[in-house]
Amino acid sequence: MAANPMYQFNVYRIGPEIKINNIDISFTNASLFMVISSLAILIIFNLGTKRSIIPNKIQLLAELSYSFISKMISDTAGSKAKPYFSFIFSLFMFVLFCNMFGMIPYSFTVTSHIIVTFVLAAFIFIGVTIIGFIKHGLGYLKLFVPSGVPMVLLPLIVVIEIISYLSRPISLSVRLFANMMAGHTMMKVFGGFVVSLGIVGGWLPLGFSVALTGLEILVAFLQAYVFAILTCIYLNDALNLHH
Amino acid sequence: MLKKIIFQFLALSLIFTYSAQSAESGGMPQLNPEFWISQIFWLVLTFGLLFIILSKFILPKISNNLETRKSQILENIETADKQREETEKKVKEFDKIIHDTKVEAKNFFNSERQKVLDDINNKRLSLEKDIEKEIIKAEEEIDQLKKTSQEKITKIAIETSSDLVKQLIGEDINKSSLSAIVEDLSKKEMEKHNGI
Repeated sequence: MAANPMYQFNVYRIGPEIKINNIDISFTNASLFMVISSLAILIIFNLGTKRSIIPNKIQLLAELSYSFISKMISDTAGSKAKPYFSFIFSLFMFVLFCNMFGMIPYSFTVTSHIIVTFVLAAFIFIGVTIIGFIKHGLGYLKLFVPSGVPMVLLPLIVVIEIISYLSRPISLSVRLFANMMAGHTMMKVFGGFVVSLGIVGGWLPLGFSVALTGLEILVAFLQAYVFAILTCIYLNDALNLHH
Repeated sequence: MLKKIIFQFLALSLIFTYSAQSAESGGMPQLNPEFWISQIFWLVLTFGLLFIILSKFILPKISNNLETRKSQILENIETADKQREETEKKVKEFDKIIHDTKVEAKNFFNSERQKVLDDINNKRLSLEKDIEKEIIKAEEEIDQLKKTSQEKITKIAIETSSDLVKQLIGEDINKSSLSAIVEDLSKKEMEKHNGI
């Protein structure tokens, strides 16, 4: 099984096939890791809600993450974004935990599937667009007309702005998906080299593999952060129309 | 030798990986739409539940905790400030009391000293007065004594001189002439003696 570096991304059914109206919604390994990640988040943060003035370690962790994300939102999207705090918090934690659980050997990385990241990104895109139109009405379309641009360039700029706006869900989802997939594939390839080169030549790829593991843990955190902060930036565009 | 072995391993491993890869179906499993609907369904389910539970139950508790801690810290700082102010006030009061006491003690000491000095002065003055009186009295007495002694001495001198003359010559001399001579001599002597 191990030789193909793409094999780790295979989705397979766990348990019986579940079909509703001829649509397959079977429980798969991807679903399993989504459930595990969500449960882990809920357990850790539920343990972190103890009411004590001097926090214990888990409580400190929960409170530090809370203030970290709260600060991130207020820095990028301002005070108007406060009602969306729970969503961004859940989003960041979900992506972070899925990425981190993917770092465990033989586990499955939920965020390495384009469909998962694309659904998240599309939901954010649609949600942000709806919020923008609710807050500003048709005035939200001014987002595509930057101020201070000469009239001659305006048609070109508007087209570019619209394309960049519409490509947001794609860039958001592909960034996370590609980072996760590339990292895990690379680790698998180097792991394969260790096995095939054996005790004589395997040390160099093994070292690479160890270094890559560290790098991938960093990337797992960084991509979750980037995903959340880009959501904040899009939200900022919708809430505070600057153009 | 070692190089040769490494190259052989590399070549072998490449052959093995190629054969293993070709054995399985290639491509990215991510682009296989077989389980897309299932993944979307489970994503919406798990993420939705996560979002609802976090936003309804867990996050309010955490924010509540943070807020109570913040208010508690502020309260503690406030009471600490108040207590510090009180302490400063007390210290000032204490300093003032000590200062007052010192001033009072100094005043008391000064007034007592003044009293004692005055008392001494008065006593000295009265004593001096008494002494002066005594001196004057004594001087008067001395003066009187001087006067009377002069007369007595003259008298004695006249008598002795008359006696002396009687024994020497054997007859009485006129007393008045003798006294004149003695008085004259004694006056001269006195003048010499007194340096007049």
